[in-house]
Amino acid sequence: MTVFIVRRGALALLVLLTVSFLSFGLVKVSGDLAIALAGEQAGTAYVDFLRNQYGLDDPVIVQYLRWLGRLLRGDLGASFYFGTPVTALLAEKLPITMILGVSALSFAVLVSIPLGVMAALRPDSWVDRLVLGVALLGQAMPTFWLCFLLILLFGINLAWLPISGSGTWAHYVMPTIALGYYATPAFTRITRAGMIEALASDYVRTARAKGLRLPVIVLKHGLRNALVPVVSVAAVQFGFMLGGSVVIETIFAMHGVGYLAWQSISQNDYPVVQAIVLTVSSIYVVLTLVADLLNGAIDPRIRIR
Amino acid sequence: MAVAIRAALAVLFVILSGQPALAGKSDDTVNVGFRLQLQSLDSYYSPGREGLLLSFWVWDALVYRDSSTFEMKPLLASSWKHIDDRTLEFVIRPGIKFHDGSTLTVKDVVFTLNFVSKPENKVFNQAAVAWIESATATGPNTVRVRAKQVTPLALAYLMSVPIYPADYYQRVGREGMAAKPIGSGPFTAQPGPDNSVIFTRFDDYFAASPKGKAGVRRMIYRAIPEINTQVAELISGRLDWAYYVPDDQAERLRRLPNLRVAQGESFRVAYLTMDAAGKAAADSPLKYLSVRRAIAHAIDREGLVKNLMLGSQLIHTPCYPKQFGCGQDVTKYSYDPARARSLMAEAGRAGGFSVDIYAFRNRQVAEAIIGNLRAVGITGNLRWAQYPAVVQKRRSNETPMVVDDWGSNSIDDVGAILPVFFNGGPDDYAMDPAVTASLARGGSTTDRAARQAAYAEALKRIADQAYVVPLFTMPITYVFSAGLDMPVPNDEIPEFWRARWK
Repeated sequence: MTVFIVRRGALALLVLLTVSFLSFGLVKVSGDLAIALAGEQAGTAYVDFLRNQYGLDDPVIVQYLRWLGRLLRGDLGASFYFGTPVTALLAEKLPITMILGVSALSFAVLVSIPLGVMAALRPDSWVDRLVLGVALLGQAMPTFWLCFLLILLFGINLAWLPISGSGTWAHYVMPTIALGYYATPAFTRITRAGMIEALASDYVRTARAKGLRLPVIVLKHGLRNALVPVVSVAAVQFGFMLGGSVVIETIFAMHGVGYLAWQSISQNDYPVVQAIVLTVSSIYVVLTLVADLLNGAIDPRIRIR
Repeated sequence: MAVAIRAALAVLFVILSGQPALAGKSDDTVNVGFRLQLQSLDSYYSPGREGLLLSFWVWDALVYRDSSTFEMKPLLASSWKHIDDRTLEFVIRPGIKFHDGSTLTVKDVVFTLNFVSKPENKVFNQAAVAWIESATATGPNTVRVRAKQVTPLALAYLMSVPIYPADYYQRVGREGMAAKPIGSGPFTAQPGPDNSVIFTRFDDYFAASPKGKAGVRRMIYRAIPEINTQVAELISGRLDWAYYVPDDQAERLRRLPNLRVAQGESFRVAYLTMDAAGKAAADSPLKYLSVRRAIAHAIDREGLVKNLMLGSQLIHTPCYPKQFGCGQDVTKYSYDPARARSLMAEAGRAGGFSVDIYAFRNRQVAEAIIGNLRAVGITGNLRWAQYPAVVQKRRSNETPMVVDDWGSNSIDDVGAILPVFFNGGPDDYAMDPAVTASLARGGSTTDRAARQAAYAEALKRIADQAYVVPLFTMPITYVFSAGLDMPVPNDEIPEFWRARWK
């Protein structure tokens, strides 16, 4: 088991290193930070001055290693635009994104598990088709489109919910639905498949033969077993949600990490972009690692592979 | 069932009670939407147009440009005079108060101008301050500002150089100013909830100001990056003002009774640059005058204005027609594909050629231009990128053609645009010593007639040689709450201190 943990941990570190290098390179390719910093109207002399001041005239690899060196000392640097330490920016914005991610995951789980169970109880019936249809719609509909449908209905026509911002919990309702709906199909399909398998198993047949009521059979015997893969997928989906929050936060003007990422990418503020990519990918990698280790603990065959 | 309905109603009640109160006319507040968050409340370190606007709302400069007549008026300075070609002397108004109650003095003016003009202080909007050599007090109420060289645009630059309280800024620094900005302008500013900024009327604002005291009690700046969300907020009444609204959205909003849609000019103009100097490739076909003229004839500029850039004006010189020195009396190139083909043949390029066209602002316009060029045998390969990436390529001699635009820093003088692109430097793809010399003459005197003549000469040569294809002006669409009385800006500077609820 120790070898397995060390191997997975090393792989996770390698992934993080690769992601940080790629994102660094991509930001560099997208444009000259000195020009962006100097502003549209600035002359070449000032741009050159800034390039020199910020060390932007060094080779990219040197700049990357300098950034990595600072990171190892726990210093993520300062934003070129906000002028504040990146850690302070992240500390301010991360709670909004985490609340959104957790609420969207909760929404997805709460909606998809009952749907998956309903579909599994009557496979190939109209209920099953309807549930799969809803799941298919969730996969096919672009997130931004759903956002605008929600805004149109709840923000404009009914005027029940605020459209933009993150000041009150009401601001989280529409973004939660939009972000959570994206994950619903995966959970619904897994729950449905797991439940169908569980309901066809010997222990459920035995439970039926014992005369147990359907809710008890479903909740106590079927669902408990069907939910194991859902937990693994939830960890991965949470990582996806943190990444997907860029679109959601931008549309709903929620000032979280996603919005900060959009703004920083637009302005080539690479210390911030790097820190965000590193934070989100770290969360994703850690969650995946935990899921891998759990799976390894549950199923020893995985450890050998 | 009844339990479910009661539960649903309870949820609904909680949702509704969680909504923030709507502001607006009832509490004399204007909610304004911008795409970007104000990155600092220290205006010298808040980049982009938002930072520039912040400086007008919270601070005052020595001079103010009337937004209707573009006439320069005294603001913090009650008067000024030219001492020599490079020196201006300002008389500072007595008794002007900063937001913290302290009095603005000559010391504040001298400190600010000297601080911002030092490159090591890295303030944004360098164009407005880089020309300053020094500022010195010459009396209890007088300041002399010395330029590094003759700077005919000195006053135009100074209108966007806010004066800071010296003692306060030296004490609290950049972070302190960002946390609690102190200016002498019509609004005070403080960070609000949810990354908004709350601007409150400064009641002690001086009565003689040409800007005038703010007409609303509060203005709330909200950063909403997605334009469709801004539109939704305007429709729902939670936002009272937005700008840069796309034409298709604006057309729909025009039909709503609670909103007013208006277009205002800016100093931004679009043009197509061509590598006449052969910087990107020594054997570039764009080095040939006939080819450049063919391109000018091939582009249906009127069609662009009519179909893609509603409300804009066709231009014949690469500057905004109302800018000082921006004459239009030059060689004009009508849309004439047959003439274009004949010019191509004349240049020995009847078979056409392939060229990279860089663009960053309006993809539809770039694609329409590429379509026009294809009709005369030129294959344009669109290189779509962000603005800094295009500038980087341009300065590295890698851009044969760019669908470019320039806002002149909202300065109503061709001196803010032509010298940038025809100065013989890395942004100049004509590299014509005659044009550069004319512009140098125009930029080295304060004599208006001499400047006008020099710029006319440069523009004539630019048009004759077809160094660029001037395209159109770029007006901005504004959307207001119908109940809000506020002038439509002509210079991309919304003056919220003039806003009033009807």
